Amino acid sequence: MTKEKIVFDCEDALQMKAVAVMIQKASQFHSTIYIVRSGRRANAKSLLGVMSLGIENGAEIEIEANGDDEKEACEALISHLKNPKIAV
Amino acid sequence: MPFSSVFLSEIVKTYNLEVVYDSGDIESRRICVADVTRPGLQLAGYYDHFGPDRIQVIGNMEHAYLDNLSPEERAKSVSALFEKNIPALIVTRDHKVHKEILDSARQFSTPVLRTSQATSDFSSELVKYLKMELAPRVSMHGVLVEVNGEGILILGESGVGKSETALEIVKRGHRLIADDQIEIRKVSETTLLGRAPDVIKHLIEIRGIGILDVKELYGVSAVKQQENIDFVINLELWDEKKTYDRLGLTEETTDILGIQVPSVTIPVGPGRNLAIIVEAAAINYRVKKMGYNAAQDLVSRVFPGKSLDG
Repeated sequence: MTKEKIVFDCEDALQMKAVAVMIQKASQFHSTIYIVRSGRRANAKSLLGVMSLGIENGAEIEIEANGDDEKEACEALISHLKNPKIAV
Repeated sequence: MPFSSVFLSEIVKTYNLEVVYDSGDIESRRICVADVTRPGLQLAGYYDHFGPDRIQVIGNMEHAYLDNLSPEERAKSVSALFEKNIPALIVTRDHKVHKEILDSARQFSTPVLRTSQATSDFSSELVKYLKMELAPRVSMHGVLVEVNGEGILILGESGVGKSETALEIVKRGHRLIADDQIEIRKVSETTLLGRAPDVIKHLIEIRGIGILDVKELYGVSAVKQQENIDFVINLELWDEKKTYDRLGLTEETTDILGIQVPSVTIPVGPGRNLAIIVEAAAINYRVKKMGYNAAQDLVSRVFPGKSLDG
């Protein structure tokens, strides 16, 4: 399993789209990926699941990937979250 | 699993309790034990096996006992109880709160609350409420629907078609409880209760369309707030190498918070109408629960006098 922590840093207006793009990115990997925020876990490939975590600006989240491409998955999501781009 | 506790202020609000002595921290005081104590023995001075982390409830009996003590004895008895650092003391039946109770409450900074309800009614309701709030919980990725009165939890990889199945199940007259993220509580040793996190209540995500509000689109009768989880359906992509149950003889279960929930695994292939299969599985589970097993019936038709067990 690969785990990595990151602080979500994105302006409010862009937040939902940034999350939507992250989910699309997550869906490209075979690994099971979870986003963990203060003890609550959501499947990173599920939009409503991730939304239900209520990740606001400045929240610390953890990415947890498990599978044959876990390292790549973790890296891709972290690099997206460090510099969220709205267009895919 | 998040640490479960409930704030005392929540209890005050839920039961409309009168705050007789406010220790100033009711908003931040946490209750972590799903039980209450009527401290009869303790007031009489016996403290072996005492659980100081429980809410203490003073009813008729305890009140009458304290009434019969002299003020000095009362002060001693009450302060011994407060000394244990109890989370709160609740007086029922609107009984007068003795001055000695208030003195001790102030000294040990412990809130004293009051209700007009009778003791046994109030304690059993409070224990039920605490059990519900403090129940072990887990979040799962899946869909929870109610089909003919049975709570069906549909699990499966992302993209296997859970939400689409849920949408068609709703169109067939059943109800949606939660899509994508389900909060499950173990409310008793045999019961699991599922509901949606508040922010995504009634919502469903369909790839290509986006987010739909099922309550807005199909009305109140298409949604439900919470439901017991009676049956689990695992959807998985059809695997050529795997053999799937053809008769319905295997008793499969899925472990959720230590409870073994009856389940089936349904392979997803092109052209399979998943909603109708899920609906059939739900009704079949129901009929099995009522004592009829079609596979068993087939065995006894083909081999008269034989049963599945021997």
